Amino acid sequence: MLLQGAHPMDAYGSLFSHGFGSWAGFAKTLGKATPLMLSGLAVTIGLRSGLFNIGVQGQLVSGALAAGWAGYAIHGLPIYIHLPIALLFGIAFGALVGWIAGALKAYRGIHEVITTIMINSIVLALVDYLAGHNFQEPGQTLARTSAVLPSATIPKIFGLPSGFFFAVLLSWGVWWIFQRTTSGFRLDTVGRNKNAAWYAGISVKRSVLIAMGVGGAIAGLGGAIETLGVIGRFEPTFNTGLGFDGITIALLGRANPLGVIPGAILIGGIRGASASMQFDAGVAPEIVDLILALILFCVTAPFLSKWLRSTEVGAKITSGWSN
Amino acid sequence: MSALLEITNVTKTFPGVVANENISISVSAGEIVALLGENGAGKSTLVKSVFGMVRPDSGEIRIKGELISPGDTSGAIARGVGMVHQHFQLVPVMTVTENIILGDEPKRGIFLNMKAARAEVLALSEKYGLEVDPDAFVEDLAVGTQQRIEILKALRKDVDLLILDEPTAVLTPQETDELLQVMRNLAASGVGVLFITHKLREVMAVADRVVVLRNGRVAGSTSPKETDEEGLAQLMVGRNVVLQVEKGDAKPEAATLVIRELHVNDDRKHLAVSGLNLEVRAGEIVGVAGVEGNGQRELVEAICGMRPRISGEVLVSGEATPDMHPHKVHSMGVSHIPEDREKHGLVSSYSIEDNLVLNQFDREPFAKSWIRNIGALEDNATRLVEEFDIRTPSIKTTASALSGGNKQKVVVARELSQDTRVVVAAQPTRGVDVGSIEFIHNQLIAARDAGAAVLLVSAELDEILSLADRVAVMFGGKIVAILDAKEAERGLVGRLMAGLSA
Ligand SMILES: Nc1ncnc2c1ncn2[C@@H]1O[C@H](COP(=O)(O)OP(=O)(O)OP(=O)(O)O)[C@@H](O)[C@H]1O
Ligand SMILES: [Mg+2]
Repeated sequence: MLLQGAHPMDAYGSLFSHGFGSWAGFAKTLGKATPLMLSGLAVTIGLRSGLFNIGVQGQLVSGALAAGWAGYAIHGLPIYIHLPIALLFGIAFGALVGWIAGALKAYRGIHEVITTIMINSIVLALVDYLAGHNFQEPGQTLARTSAVLPSATIPKIFGLPSGFFFAVLLSWGVWWIFQRTTSGFRLDTVGRNKNAAWYAGISVKRSVLIAMGVGGAIAGLGGAIETLGVIGRFEPTFNTGLGFDGITIALLGRANPLGVIPGAILIGGIRGASASMQFDAGVAPEIVDLILALILFCVTAPFLSKWLRSTEVGAKITSGWSN
Repeated sequence: MSALLEITNVTKTFPGVVANENISISVSAGEIVALLGENGAGKSTLVKSVFGMVRPDSGEIRIKGELISPGDTSGAIARGVGMVHQHFQLVPVMTVTENIILGDEPKRGIFLNMKAARAEVLALSEKYGLEVDPDAFVEDLAVGTQQRIEILKALRKDVDLLILDEPTAVLTPQETDELLQVMRNLAASGVGVLFITHKLREVMAVADRVVVLRNGRVAGSTSPKETDEEGLAQLMVGRNVVLQVEKGDAKPEAATLVIRELHVNDDRKHLAVSGLNLEVRAGEIVGVAGVEGNGQRELVEAICGMRPRISGEVLVSGEATPDMHPHKVHSMGVSHIPEDREKHGLVSSYSIEDNLVLNQFDREPFAKSWIRNIGALEDNATRLVEEFDIRTPSIKTTASALSGGNKQKVVVARELSQDTRVVVAAQPTRGVDVGSIEFIHNQLIAARDAGAAVLLVSAELDEILSLADRVAVMFGGKIVAILDAKEAERGLVGRLMAGLSA
């Protein structure tokens, strides 16, 4: 920032005051944090199950479009029916996109990093096309759908986006599932030692399908909440990068479902304030990216290498490095 | 003569345990020193400090008079220290040759010279009488073979001090004898050897001096000339150990485990078990004796539903067990002590309490519908840690922090604490100290007396001869003879194991 001629203190001050200083800024931060938290949660579930789900972006965007479509195209329903339906659309499409990558891994043995990258490109191109053609708002030249009807819009609580509270609850729920349920124990065991999981009678295939499907569903929900609660319609340009920030957040949280909560708020705050920082202190948005990259690197490098070793894939690559 | 290795007042603590306390030991050139002690006494920790893998809290380690800086592995290697680790340090996806040459590869120009490397590995294997297939992938190999690779890797470089951490735990008796001879030859050429083992016979056979650790401290030192196996055991455990198994006669009933015409492939799709028939009756221990690699591993895995059966069937109490469904087989009352505890038996990043229910986590009382009952887990762990004498600071400690023998005790405790009709025990006392061997043997006999059918597979012929009520000799994927314990005389079993007719 100094190099760029901006004063760091101004920039941090701006970050803090816009991100967390005022009620409106706070609300904006929480709004930003919601899809981030859910993306982080989706990645976390994968990491805990021994999978690197980097397809969260595609899962989230397909959920966002599906929810957006259900939000404007279905008419004449009261909010307590329409909104859940629209959310379910998001969840279902996210789950489907995640599940495909899971199925390719479980039944064809194709590595999830490869399939999720490819599925990401396909989904992103398809969604762009649909938003610009079949589902385009009539008379629009931009690629975007019509506005979501009020009956499918997520209401706010005291001006704060209620999706946020739901995301926190869900993170806690996932944490509890890993901590206290047999289903969580199954995923966790597969993530830590596939051979021992097999010995213990846990189906590795099923776990892969569940982890990718549930992860996709949560990412899809994140997209749906973003569309129905924050933006108000589906616009491809608004969602860029949310899923990738989810990877950062999951790693920041050390693959702990509760860890995504502070991580998402932090990154949500920085992202939300990025525009104001540019305005107040003249910090280019790229600098914000750079800061995030530095945070990611410093905080996660040791963890990532540990995670790599603790899992099947990682152990194969790294065993014999040391200890 | 000044000492080759001099350890002075080394102390190392881990959270909740003092692994080494003020330990001083020296090894001279040309001397074989055996390091003895119970599971968790601190042997591995001490030798890891010498090799620079563990950083002691205090104390000095000198090699040829030079102080080595703590936590510096390359320094130790540069001073001529070679080490064979208790837990293998091999890369599973690489071949045997690649693993052995790793770190110091023969080159032609800037390229790897694989042909020379392969030839070198063959020559090495020939020279030390440790047979390996240079082109096999490590992940496909049995633990015994992996151990041979580890040893060859350490012997490849000319070392002045060789540290061997339980190298014989997974070797066959013949291989062990070869290795002991290798150690003698090395010592004769001036190499100092620091040797950890739980097998007192080996100590008596090669050691010049014996140092015994107990609870992290030097409990005493002696030499084979001054004592015998009983004496060593007593010094180690601090009480009298019965090295001879004492058991009553078996009272066998109907056959519980019945194996008919079983055919199973090994990892490389060669027939490893070919038309095997065997019955184990309730209330008896049948020991499978055989040279490693005659299909024992495949047999055990196929019985337990972990490896596909090509044909044939496995019945438990008259009911057919499903193929490739370990969980169902287990819930039909078959418990299984797997031969590779690190690969199958444990999740090393899980706590001891979780590991103690690894294959029952979803059953009452450990779970109700899908909610885990943490209280029941804790009670179970507290009871088993006490009963099986698992040395650990707490039940929440991760398995990775346990010593090798204590990890084995976790697996054995889990499998023998369940009410089972069949116990399949593959190498149940691998890496376990004499006191705990006695205990595990008694537990197997108790399972038998409670009416379980026990199938014992072990590379230790002594273990089989002393525990089994009937001995089944396995050769070339078949049971070639079944002998009553009384007629199973060592020489005869040995000849049958080698494929000779009686
Ligand atoms: N990384 C670690 N973290 C915490 N505790 C450890 C760690 N490594 C070893 N310990 C503890 O230190 C003590 C000594 O362990 P060590 O592995 O040296 O025993 P050992 O004598 O080699 O036993 P064994 O015969 O079973 O191999 C044990 O109580 C063990 O639980
Ligand atoms: Mg040890």
